[in-house]
Amino acid sequence: MLKINNLHASVEDKSILKGVNLEVKAGEVHAIMGPNGSGKSTLASVIAGKEEYEVTKGGIFFEDENIEELSAEERAHKGIFMSFQYPVEIPGVSVTNFMKTAINETRKAKGLEDMPAKDMLKMIREKSELLEIDRKFLSRSLNQGFSGGEKKRNEIFQMAMLEPKLAILDETDSGLDIDALRIVANGVNKLKNADNAVVVITHYQRLLDYIIPDFVHVIHNGKIVKSGTKELAHELEEKGYDWIKEEVNA
Amino acid sequence: MDLKEKLISSFLAFENQVDLDTYVHDIRSEAIKTFEDQGFPSKKEEAWKYTSLNSIIKQDYSVFPKQENALEYSEIKKYFIHDIDSYKIVFIDGKYSSHLSQTTHDGMDICLMSAALTKPKYRLVIENYFNKVAIKDSISSLNTAFSNEGAYIHIPKNKLVQKPIQIIHFSTGNESSVMLQPRNLIVVEENSHVQIIERHQSLNNNPVLTNSVTEVIAKKRAIVDYYKVQNDNNNASLIDNTFIHQKQESHCAVHTFSFGGKLTRNNLNFYQHGERIDSTLKGITIIGDKQHVDHNTLVHHIEPNCESHQDYKGIFGDSSTGVFNGKVVVNKEAQKTNAFQANNNVLIGDKATINTKPQLEIFADDVKCSHGCTIGQLDDNAMFYLRSRGIPEKEAKALLMYAFSNNVLDSVKIPELKNRINKLIANKLGVNIGFNL
Repeated sequence: MLKINNLHASVEDKSILKGVNLEVKAGEVHAIMGPNGSGKSTLASVIAGKEEYEVTKGGIFFEDENIEELSAEERAHKGIFMSFQYPVEIPGVSVTNFMKTAINETRKAKGLEDMPAKDMLKMIREKSELLEIDRKFLSRSLNQGFSGGEKKRNEIFQMAMLEPKLAILDETDSGLDIDALRIVANGVNKLKNADNAVVVITHYQRLLDYIIPDFVHVIHNGKIVKSGTKELAHELEEKGYDWIKEEVNA
Repeated sequence: MDLKEKLISSFLAFENQVDLDTYVHDIRSEAIKTFEDQGFPSKKEEAWKYTSLNSIIKQDYSVFPKQENALEYSEIKKYFIHDIDSYKIVFIDGKYSSHLSQTTHDGMDICLMSAALTKPKYRLVIENYFNKVAIKDSISSLNTAFSNEGAYIHIPKNKLVQKPIQIIHFSTGNESSVMLQPRNLIVVEENSHVQIIERHQSLNNNPVLTNSVTEVIAKKRAIVDYYKVQNDNNNASLIDNTFIHQKQESHCAVHTFSFGGKLTRNNLNFYQHGERIDSTLKGITIIGDKQHVDHNTLVHHIEPNCESHQDYKGIFGDSSTGVFNGKVVVNKEAQKTNAFQANNNVLIGDKATINTKPQLEIFADDVKCSHGCTIGQLDDNAMFYLRSRGIPEKEAKALLMYAFSNNVLDSVKIPELKNRINKLIANKLGVNIGFNL
């Protein structure tokens, strides 16, 4: 589904990704771990199409198509979703209205009519139950005054509504207490199926107790330096990142 | 003959048309002298540094419309908030249209300035309040000199006016260019509450210059909500002078929605004469082309324990220009004043300009005053967030601009008006955002 070849990317002439290789197939869960500043959030933003990042070398292929020239919204229309570490507050636009806009713009891009209001309401009800979100929450302004947990739950609610093929969860566990973490992880697990894929980007192993990865990659200094299975995450939790850095530098 | 000379020479003819024996005759005569001495304000004056009237006043305006024009309601319905029951005071080229208006004398007076200025029964109110709040600068004096028509609203004590009052000035453009000088007086007695919506609308592209003066007197515990909808076409200019005199515990709010016009200058002045007064000044400006909107505000805190809240948002596209000049004066006696002022702007046009200047003159030592102004572009992260959800660039921009200006709408108390302003914003931003904002 996603194939990244020797990806180099920079922002304002500062090179951040220095040759990332990654392949994600449908039905898989990948975890990308790494110390602060290693480039993991940059990787997420580059895949989702943030304009400030410039791909200088290599390529990103989604379902065998090079998506480098596509805008963020075009990538979203193709089924790429990114959950933000710091979701943006949009006063005056309710969660419900925001989702209606996002869904109908995606449908418009595919040449479809707006989703009938009745179907939309049904879908909102189902997906909000999945994430234990109550009705009042849906009429609040998007992310405005939301707690850290509410913001993240809302991100996964959006993922549920948009039904992406590839979901990249950028530091979804940061700022979450254990109950919120469980709800968010449960939501992701229920949405997971054989046709979609999830990339979890995290600093800590904690979230991976709930969302079990098939593969774990360690990113350091803009490169994936080690890949393994979920045991690698445990090892990182125990020993920290220093041994990886030493291994790379050796 | 330039416009100033034309106005001065027209004054006698104007006075002959109206009643020379009235109380206001002396006021008018003095006012025309002030205008004659001072003329139109120039950019040399501090308060007019960023707004030049030169291109506006070189036009040859007809000072008195020569013919009476009529309009059918169906033609102009869209300029009203028509989905609510309301009182209406409607003028066509400066002349009252009884056909389009809905006035009342039932327990309160919602009627015409021309009647109030001439009929004996209004004499006391006119003597007590007319031209008592307006400052005597040249531009207000010009209006005073020609003051004859406009809205006269007098709400007695303890009255909750159930329906909003819409004051609408149409110009038909049947003459090549017209100058209008509407004059409104609004007196709200103790414990009374009134909502007013004001609009100036020209119906074709012939130039119009409106120099309007509104005086509002809000007595003890009165509540006045005043909404100004400025969405005129590109050849219409407006100088709106509003003066609000508040007594103790009164609450007055003026919301100004500036989405159109060639040149719009809002001189909005609040004077707090009493304790525990609340004054609110809010505005949303969204303009493009070469449009120009200038908000020149004054809040004068004269007595202790009062509040003022100013929040102006501006979005400037193309080569448009904006000015915000907000002055807060806190007298020595006005301890425990809370005065807030914010002016936030987004420039979306490469050639757009905003000049923003907060001015605080504080003579009391136990006050809370804050002010802040920002000028920025749209946040890249926010744009990325929306686009990553599948919302295209143009719609994402519009959504962010809407969000940026939205909190100004929180305090709009007429839902139908709020709805209309939402639509105007969406329209102005050039998008259909897919839901009813």
